[in-house]
Amino acid sequence: MTDVIPLARLMQGNEAIAEGALDAGARFFAGYPITPSTEIAEILAKKLPIVGGKFIQMEDEMASMAAVIGASLAGLKALTATSGPGFSLKQENLGFAAIAEVPCVVVNVQRCGPSTGIPTATAQGDVMQARWGTHGDHPVIALCPSSVQESYSLTIRAFNLSEKYRTPVILLTEEIVSHLRERVNLPQPGEIPVINRKKPPAGLKKYYPYRAGEDGVPPMANFCEGYRYHVTGLVHNENGVPTTNPELAQQLLNRLNNKIMDHLDDIVTYDSHLTEDAEIIVIAYGAVARSAKRAVRDARSEGIKAGLFRPVTIWPFPYREVAALSQQARAIIVPEMNMGQIKGEVECAARNSTKVVGLNRFGGEIITPGEILGVIKSI
Amino acid sequence: MQGNAERYLNKERLPHIWCPGCGNGIVLGALIRAFDKMGVDQDKTVVISGIGCSSRASGYLDFNSMHTTHGRALAFATGIKLARPEINVFVLMGDGDASAIGGNHLIHAARRNIDITTVIFNNSIYGMTGGQYSPLTPRDCRATTAPYGTVERPFDLAGLAQAAGATYVGRATTYHTGLLTRLIISGACHKGFSVIEAVTACPVSFGRRNEMGSGHEMLMWQKEHGVPVEKAKHLTPEEMKDKFIIGELHKSVAPEYTEIYGQLIKKAQCSYKGE
Ligand SMILES: Cc1ncc(C[n+]2csc(CCOP(=O)(O)OP(=O)(O)O)c2C)c(N)n1
Repeated sequence: MTDVIPLARLMQGNEAIAEGALDAGARFFAGYPITPSTEIAEILAKKLPIVGGKFIQMEDEMASMAAVIGASLAGLKALTATSGPGFSLKQENLGFAAIAEVPCVVVNVQRCGPSTGIPTATAQGDVMQARWGTHGDHPVIALCPSSVQESYSLTIRAFNLSEKYRTPVILLTEEIVSHLRERVNLPQPGEIPVINRKKPPAGLKKYYPYRAGEDGVPPMANFCEGYRYHVTGLVHNENGVPTTNPELAQQLLNRLNNKIMDHLDDIVTYDSHLTEDAEIIVIAYGAVARSAKRAVRDARSEGIKAGLFRPVTIWPFPYREVAALSQQARAIIVPEMNMGQIKGEVECAARNSTKVVGLNRFGGEIITPGEILGVIKSI
Repeated sequence: MQGNAERYLNKERLPHIWCPGCGNGIVLGALIRAFDKMGVDQDKTVVISGIGCSSRASGYLDFNSMHTTHGRALAFATGIKLARPEINVFVLMGDGDASAIGGNHLIHAARRNIDITTVIFNNSIYGMTGGQYSPLTPRDCRATTAPYGTVERPFDLAGLAQAAGATYVGRATTYHTGLLTRLIISGACHKGFSVIEAVTACPVSFGRRNEMGSGHEMLMWQKEHGVPVEKAKHLTPEEMKDKFIIGELHKSVAPEYTEIYGQLIKKAQCSYKGE
């Protein structure tokens, strides 16, 4: 064979996440083993030390999330990976990362729940937990890969967004994508877009760790790199000092929210397939989007004007785009491996301007193209 | 204050939130005197704390400091220390913080023997939430959640840390402040995981319910009940009843976690090149 692309490799989804993390510049992993995410830890345990990075298996998921935040403040790009029960335990310190504005990446390989559920079976049941899992109002970015290729590229993107916006980013994948093996085209080393946190200029008379410019993102000094400051999970002022002043609290929480919501054009990405003239639109994400793509093509070959809209950024949800599609479509079908978590968001965006139909399966198996085609034809 | 210990305080943050008679300020005083005697470099040192009255101490210090989540200070600190082993790491926790919600992190930090110096403010009670019993509240004491007296057996915190693998363990009180400062210095100079238990008074939430009197009277209680290691050796169990030992309780040598990890990196890099 002479026409093989030199940097193409057969990879498993979890392996692609580990490779993506390394290529994004991650140099710290802390985690606790859990199916179906464990391969990420295993691969990074082997590869991180080779590039001078650090791997640690912590005593539980609260500790893993804490160690990741500590490492990030100390200046290393850091991630953790987990699933179901472990994702629940990460929530406490995920909230800390949100309010303290510490960049980090949390991979959640979804499995059938609640509780121990079916550890080896796929699901999309944590979509709402990714959005609202930690207490209080807080911003979140979550990305959903559909393929092994995307597991790689979205891991890099997750790091870039976390560094750019000083926020935890969740890579919300699924057992089926993480255990899939597919070809991945790897970029040449120089071609990987890597974003690093914005630092304050050296020699400032006083550094305010939480004073942001117009973009809402304060420059971040790593610990022990010249500026001494305090980090807390309490509501704090621009100086990082705790406060109970309602106005300052409102200001901080608004800024945290706005630094994400003011940059939707940069953060929200999606994929559209045959939607221009579509009368029936399937909205699907993750592995189910692959079944949906096939179903849409099959529908077209039968003369039905179907299209697929696939949110890649699931949070913030692409409400604007879905609202526009709801104006043109006769019906929107939302197949997902849960009881309708994203269907609710679609209804919210569509505001009764079209019919929204759910197709739900949550017993641990993927939704097939045939099932989706069946619903398309029934409309 | 002798020397220049005050330079370690972040004066913008004072006055502190602690109640009249609280011993936390005395522990903080011992800590900054220890910093001063060691000449701790503020730009190469971090102070990490959990959640509770005592954990507010990190914010009163002029360092890169972090006030984390309840019980998790050691896990955050582990991330920092492993990421940048050249940074000196101090952790401040309350007794509930360290032994209840954070008990798992305490024993695992001890097991790893990671080079972190931990000062645990033991006031025998959950101060911040208003006086509920902690795993260090003695038997038959009153707390808001033990209106008829505690029925649970308390931990021996120092013993727990030692058994879990801490290589330096000491205990002092807010009466024995010279000892407390010396123990913090020895703990910080020791390579490995160090735990210094600082017995401190909470007159408002513990003393009051247990008829221990004012902050001053509670200090006198510490004076009478804390028995130095050397002296304790000559006392019978009967004489030691209700008393506790203070001083350097344990010191041993074991490989330190981040050093071993540094060697692992070299090994991994060599074998990778050899592949
Ligand atoms: C997860 C969680 N659970 C409970 C609390 C409430 N809480 C705050 S401080 C505290 C106990 C404080 O006691 P201790 O650790 O002994 O410190 P002290 O206040 O006595 O110094 C508790 C239970 C919390 N903040 N977070």
